[in-house]
Amino acid sequence: MEDKKKDITIEPTTRVNEQELTTLNFGPIHPATHGVMQNILKVNGETIVECDQTIGYIHRAFEKIAEHRPFYQITPLTDRLNYCSSPINNIGWHLTVEKLIQADIPKRVDYMRVIIMELARISDHLVCNSVIAADMGALTGFTYVFQWREKIYDIFEEVCGARLTTNIGRIGGFERDFNPAAHKKIKAFLQGFSKMFNEFKAMLERNRIFMDRTIGVGGISAERALNYGFTGPNLRACGVDYDVRVMNPYCSYQDFDFTIPIGSAGDVYDRFMVRNREIEESLKMIKQAYDNLPEGKHYGEVPEFYLPPKADVFTKMEALIWHFKIVMGESDVPVGEVYHAVEGGNGELGFYLVSDGGRAAYRLHFRRPCFIYYQAFPEIVCGGMISDAVMTMSSLNVIAGELDA
Amino acid sequence: MLVLNTFANWNWVLITDKLILIGILFAVALGIAAYSTLAERKIAAFMQDRIGPDRAGFFGILQPIVDGVKSIMKEEIIPGRAHKFLFILGPCIFMTVALMTYAIIPWGKDLFINGKPFSLQLADLNVGILYSFAIVSLGVYGIMIGGWASNNKFSLLGAVRASTQMISYELAMGLSLIPIVMMASSLSLRDITEAQAGWNWNIFYQPLAFIIFFTCALAECNRTPFDLAETESELIGGYHTEYSSMKLALFLFGEYVNVFVSATIISILFLGGYHFPGMENLGLSPNWLSIVSICTLFAKIFFMIFVFMWIRWTIPRFRYDQLMKLGWQIFIPLCILNILATGLVMTLFTR
Repeated sequence: MEDKKKDITIEPTTRVNEQELTTLNFGPIHPATHGVMQNILKVNGETIVECDQTIGYIHRAFEKIAEHRPFYQITPLTDRLNYCSSPINNIGWHLTVEKLIQADIPKRVDYMRVIIMELARISDHLVCNSVIAADMGALTGFTYVFQWREKIYDIFEEVCGARLTTNIGRIGGFERDFNPAAHKKIKAFLQGFSKMFNEFKAMLERNRIFMDRTIGVGGISAERALNYGFTGPNLRACGVDYDVRVMNPYCSYQDFDFTIPIGSAGDVYDRFMVRNREIEESLKMIKQAYDNLPEGKHYGEVPEFYLPPKADVFTKMEALIWHFKIVMGESDVPVGEVYHAVEGGNGELGFYLVSDGGRAAYRLHFRRPCFIYYQAFPEIVCGGMISDAVMTMSSLNVIAGELDA
Repeated sequence: MLVLNTFANWNWVLITDKLILIGILFAVALGIAAYSTLAERKIAAFMQDRIGPDRAGFFGILQPIVDGVKSIMKEEIIPGRAHKFLFILGPCIFMTVALMTYAIIPWGKDLFINGKPFSLQLADLNVGILYSFAIVSLGVYGIMIGGWASNNKFSLLGAVRASTQMISYELAMGLSLIPIVMMASSLSLRDITEAQAGWNWNIFYQPLAFIIFFTCALAECNRTPFDLAETESELIGGYHTEYSSMKLALFLFGEYVNVFVSATIISILFLGGYHFPGMENLGLSPNWLSIVSICTLFAKIFFMIFVFMWIRWTIPRFRYDQLMKLGWQIFIPLCILNILATGLVMTLFTR
């Protein structure tokens, strides 16, 4: 503990008497923390000298709960990790199970999943970027992009019936195909989004005050970021082109044409710009996936996990048995150990699943990117000002649900 | 006996006139400040593609009244270890001081009632500008006292930010006005207004001074991009973190009064006050002319209030050190240069 302290504390530029420092409780209920986590800041005037963290305010022991539940009941738990982009978590979990049982999934499901996941990524990045501006006092961008996040949620609602905690899809595919309303909403979204997004970018990207506030603030070097285990936009902002979608393609991501934007300085501005570019790339991907959506079934042949159609349950013996087994959580899973990672809204969201052949996981671990970013927070903010800490917090996109699991 | 004599010597007509004017001014100032809150919310809603308050009356027209009633009815909380007297004194000073500047504003040309002139200015001080600065800078005491008395670190930080900010920007604000004073050769607001008749608005002669003064006015009103004293995302609410009910409303309301004052002073100093080109040639009777002049001034004031709100809902805020840098390292040198340039031009060309 002592060593770790030494490692992360930056010496104050001028020697100050310990008694002259003020201790500020930055959280757990503070408008800037966007969730429940506590930072105990020692400040010299406005300059942060030391930062101590407390986490676990909304720890819900999901990993332990997961050891007692059938696989299909773990999907709603993953909703509550990064609740800004729950479909990615849901689908990531489904992909993990499909990897364990080595299911064969049709192309159409992959493409549908890409559409949903990229929509979720857009909504996640929109929230993060607009909150950076909102924390700076420019509330207009925040409320302005939120109506488009609403439209994304409308699409989710058509596909799965829920908006925020979606519980979208099933192991093996989707619970239902895109309905006509969903098609209409996706088309409307693809048409109208760019215009709004360009306005949002025009408001902030070259704004002098915004640039002064963000350039060179909350920066971290690529080396330190890699040492911490950064992934996702926060790592790419440092100039490392690591993206799970490219490095380890899943869900037919290799079919799509997209680029991975990277930054150079790893500061708040670079994170902002990387996220903005990624939104555009995601939009491109959705367009490609939607235009080339293959025909076929919206689910794969995974009878032991995918509920059979209701009509079959009432008329066919086999379907009834599967239905019963799935609902009662009696589907046996093969013995095995898999790790599957998806590119979440925040970074590499990994699921490490150990199965000893029972009906539930022997051990399930979520690799949650926020948990890693938040560890670097003291190192990044020490030496900066209180206002910078706020910006850094929102640009790292630390989401309490994912931090604490 | 002496007392009676003194009373008898008073100019009772003048006192009644002024009391009537004070009453009207209070009503107008508070009314405009109240409806500024509605205007702000409506403008914000317009910019953010929302509807804004529309439940209380048509177009939300009763919203300020509802807000006022709500703040009065709410529970009043004074934090346990706060300094009770100063805690109450803070918002009172802030509000009182905000309203005091109206004394020197020339609202329009004189009205003539029964042939006698009725001045639409409470007091035509010959040091008008100095008075307004003196009063406006007192406002920081309200914030400072309120923030300190709250016994809250966030409040204290907000109060310290507010006071440093106000002190820094007052300098630039005062310096930016010196060219105007040089051109009008008077500190009286009435004289400065009269000097701008026709198209001779100061904004055309002194655009730099206008920009600096306008920015400083934003800073003095604690509005975005200079709302560092409140910064809901950093200091929760800054100096008014611990305030509730009507005392909070006094702080927030005082801010809108300040906005109105600033808009008025800007209109008078730079936008020609109650003048508009060709006003004298309309051939109106003096009373009608007076009414037109009042309307002109208010049109300018409303436009400036709109600009204040427009900026608030567009631009992000500065950081504390950037704010200081802008004030001390950019504005003050620019002001001094502006003074020198004005002096040079005046010496070379007026003779």
